[in-house]
Amino acid sequence: MSPTFISMQVLNGITFASLLFLLASGFTFIFGLMRIMNLAHGGFYLLGGYIGITVLVATGNFWLAILSAALGVAIFGVLIERFLLRFVRGKVLPEVLLTVGLSFIIADGCLAIFGGNPRTLPPPKFLAGTVEIGPVTYPWFRLFVVLMAVLIAIALWLLQERTRLGAIVRAGVDDAEMVAALGINIKQIFTMVFFLGAALAGLSGVAGSAVLALYPGVDAEILTYGLVVVIIGGLGSLPGAIVGSLFVGLVDTFGKALFPEISYFTVFAPMAIMLAVRPRGLFGRE
Amino acid sequence: MKQKLQIVVAVLVLVALLAGCAQPAATPAPATQAPTQAPTQAPATQAPTQAPTQAPTQAPTQAPASKEPIKIGVLAPQTGNTAASGQDMINAFQMYWEEHGMQSAGRPIELYVEDTAGNPDTGLTKARLLVEQRKVHFLVGGLVASVGLAIAEYVADTGTPYFIPVIAADDLTQRRRLPNVVRIAGWSSSSTNHPFGEWAAKQGYKTVVTIAEDYAFGHESVGGFVNTFTDNGGKLLAAIWHPLGTMDFSPFLAQIDNYKPDVVFTEQTGGDAVRFVKAWRDLGYDKKYPLLGNQTLLDQSNLRGMGDEAIGLMSTGHFAEGRDSPETKAFVEAFEKRYGLIPSYYAADMYTAARWLDAAIQKINGNVEDSEALLKAVREISFEDTPMGPVKLDEYGGTIFNVYLRKVEKRADGKLWNVVVETWPNISQFYKYNPEEFLKQPVYSRDYLGENWP
Amino acid sequence: MASWWKYGVIVLLLIAAALVPQGLPTFWISIATEVLIYGLLAMSVNFLGGYGGLVSLGHAGLFGISAYTVGYLVTRMGVNHYVAFLAGVLLTLAVGAIFGGVAIRATGIYFLMITYAEGMVVWGLAYRWAKVTGAENGIRGITRPELFTKGWQYYYVVLVIFVLTIYLMWRVLNSSFGLTLRGIRECEPRMAALGYNVQVHKFLGYMWSAFFAGIAGGLYAYYNRFVSPSTVQLSVSSESVLMMVLGGVGTFFGPLLGSLIIIVGRNMISLYTARWPIIMGTIFVLTVLLAPKGIIGTLSAWWEQRKKVSAGVVEIVEASARKEVGAEGEVRVGTESQS
Repeated sequence: MSPTFISMQVLNGITFASLLFLLASGFTFIFGLMRIMNLAHGGFYLLGGYIGITVLVATGNFWLAILSAALGVAIFGVLIERFLLRFVRGKVLPEVLLTVGLSFIIADGCLAIFGGNPRTLPPPKFLAGTVEIGPVTYPWFRLFVVLMAVLIAIALWLLQERTRLGAIVRAGVDDAEMVAALGINIKQIFTMVFFLGAALAGLSGVAGSAVLALYPGVDAEILTYGLVVVIIGGLGSLPGAIVGSLFVGLVDTFGKALFPEISYFTVFAPMAIMLAVRPRGLFGRE
Repeated sequence: MKQKLQIVVAVLVLVALLAGCAQPAATPAPATQAPTQAPTQAPATQAPTQAPTQAPTQAPTQAPASKEPIKIGVLAPQTGNTAASGQDMINAFQMYWEEHGMQSAGRPIELYVEDTAGNPDTGLTKARLLVEQRKVHFLVGGLVASVGLAIAEYVADTGTPYFIPVIAADDLTQRRRLPNVVRIAGWSSSSTNHPFGEWAAKQGYKTVVTIAEDYAFGHESVGGFVNTFTDNGGKLLAAIWHPLGTMDFSPFLAQIDNYKPDVVFTEQTGGDAVRFVKAWRDLGYDKKYPLLGNQTLLDQSNLRGMGDEAIGLMSTGHFAEGRDSPETKAFVEAFEKRYGLIPSYYAADMYTAARWLDAAIQKINGNVEDSEALLKAVREISFEDTPMGPVKLDEYGGTIFNVYLRKVEKRADGKLWNVVVETWPNISQFYKYNPEEFLKQPVYSRDYLGENWP
Repeated sequence: MASWWKYGVIVLLLIAAALVPQGLPTFWISIATEVLIYGLLAMSVNFLGGYGGLVSLGHAGLFGISAYTVGYLVTRMGVNHYVAFLAGVLLTLAVGAIFGGVAIRATGIYFLMITYAEGMVVWGLAYRWAKVTGAENGIRGITRPELFTKGWQYYYVVLVIFVLTIYLMWRVLNSSFGLTLRGIRECEPRMAALGYNVQVHKFLGYMWSAFFAGIAGGLYAYYNRFVSPSTVQLSVSSESVLMMVLGGVGTFFGPLLGSLIIIVGRNMISLYTARWPIIMGTIFVLTVLLAPKGIIGTLSAWWEQRKKVSAGVVEIVEASARKEVGAEGEVRVGTESQS
């Protein structure tokens, strides 16, 4: 296990973790406030990726592609929240089933519209190419993804701790009724949270379609990873999403490199242990 | 009581639905069903030959057959990971018949396309639907090996002819071959890699590390390469395996650096292929080691999703869309004109298979009800040239064809495709080995890659 | 109402089911068999979820353990078919004890997530443990016992086992254990206050549910004669939950109805379009929004409502006849009339 090998794996793990963080943070945000386990989140990822690729191919503008993916998925998410989820607020099983049904619709819809060929998002010129970091040659774009995740993590933390909206959300997590009783339009807050969560998923999709690839089925795969992250990190917690993503990203990467035959278990085993020992996760609340 | 009501409703709905379902029983000759009650156990010629009209089924091949449609069951993945390739299969197969007036030997052709979803369970259900409900005369297709194996198991019982132009599981025409399963216009995973391994050794490469998907197709592809590479003086340093649907190749590529081989051989399909080639370039491996790929790595269906990182990469295959031959050119042009895409090998194989079946059907004067005659005719056919080149069958039901050494180039219009660098003619699934000796060895797997044989 | 009515209906159902092979071609007989098998799986989910209040998204795992065990023992080790079936159910119970032990420590959404994860573990095993499960190639060539090799013969076997199993389920649900379980679903703290050991009851409820799922799995292995990771994938679990919800959560026959609709629907609609997943997803969404009690649940609620309304009308009429209606039309409840 040379230093090259280790450094390469660490960087890979962190890149994958960044992708997972973008996805899981949205998921955990939505759950934290609204107690909705949004199993359509993988579908949001998929949709974001396809929108990003479509816009990039059409306009050639990378920033526009990212923006439209995040915004597009966010709007889609809001529509779902307002016109579908709102009718089953508070009822656990119907909410979950609704999102499961939506995930089928989104996945098949994407297949029908975008076809089944695997697609990748070509990175923009200024981010193409590689850089030498010590013994390792690493692509610029992956570092960009890491940077993006870090910036967003900081932004989310500031939002949660330093803004009024964040305070309301934190209060709402503790006691939604009280917040509503204080005269705050909790419904609007819910919509905003869903908007943000979906936008993050869409962003994750764009990044993922560049670092990995986009194809029918990737929504279920990435959702599984996302769920492992929030189970380990704890539902509804931002530090949980960060720690969980890092853990899963690194364990999965090293697991695949060192024990490829059991690569699923390197990730599922910690999850199973966590469930058995501390079901609410590292930072989750009960 | 509430439960009583539930039961009433349940009954009514059940009866209504059953009544609705009972309709199909009325049409396809229930008279033929009642006495046998179980076509799955009926002798081989009975079940598929029960044509809805009692057309002369036992007539000798010379007598004119009925004018009823010939029903072909087409199986391909229309959903799931391999959906794009599956669509190529369906499109090409349909294109052939439409070019020829949707008929053969004077009988109209009816295609029944079913989605296998790349999943053996679904494939099996659809095969049953086609054989038992649609009453097709024979089955064609399937993409993923597990689907092919499951369906083969099923048709072993019913005797329905099953043609596999795409499924590459070696053993379907080797150790597990069946009289009614024939690989027309198809290939087997190891067959295109046998000549590749020898070629690589002759280029001067002494050591190789392979990296492939950890399932049968991957094992067999690698086995084909390693077997001949080691026969010609090469050495396998390590075989790296990764799960299907690997998102991130960096951990696996990193392992290659532990061995520093002369050359790297890889097998990948679908999304894995696209990600692999990307990672290969992104992580700087294209500057470190030469890369050789199996057919599916750089097949057109995956190439469509790749960028410049694929240019210059070499692979072997039994089809090259850039091949300079009138047959290939005509096919590529027609397919592109119609579907806006350059055809993949999935399309080429199905198109050629359609041609094959057309010839066989004509040979027996359209009498497809006689499965034995159909299978016999199919085995006797060969072609001098097709989109994939000249092709014929060996006595095991496997194909003998050209294998091309291909390189990815950019066409004038900017699209990527494979052109031919070298051609090895007359390659069979056994390559230069004696078939009986070859079959005594186990099928290629993780544990057996042919390093120490012969 | 007399209970002969209820029994009469059940007899009718049985007759209809028994007549299936006579009227239908082999393809639809196998569909009918599938409806029964997945119906049983959905009913096992309903046992725990509808009656016990713990909805599991991982029952495909339990189903699959039994199916794979049967497949492995019969094809790789030549074990007798009946013994293999028994072994399948027993192994499912054994694993169910572990899965259940972990899962019942949570409720609601956490229970859902844990069972989802457990289901994924089984799937992962099926996919990676190639030596035993054959990985994505699965286990092929599972034979049926000599007496039941034909499709219609096996259908009757499944029908008989199905009827016996759900009869057992019915008895358990209406036993004191079953009633306690339902009480726990209604209001757990109350049951605990009443002195019931809630955790033990939940655990046993899970075990019963695993038992039923195990039977379904064993039946499946012989039906399909092929087991692969698809048998245990997430969509099998979510479909069984959908069947339960579509038919009616907490109703006895609801899941069976759901199974009928989904499986027949899937096979018929796939004849016309490849977009079945969109249609199924839409069914999910519409059911959840418009008929959360499911078909049977909604119909029976409507029936109850009507009975209440007509009972109310009857009461007012009777009351006015007895001159017990007040100035504003209210009914004065005396000692003779009951509401």
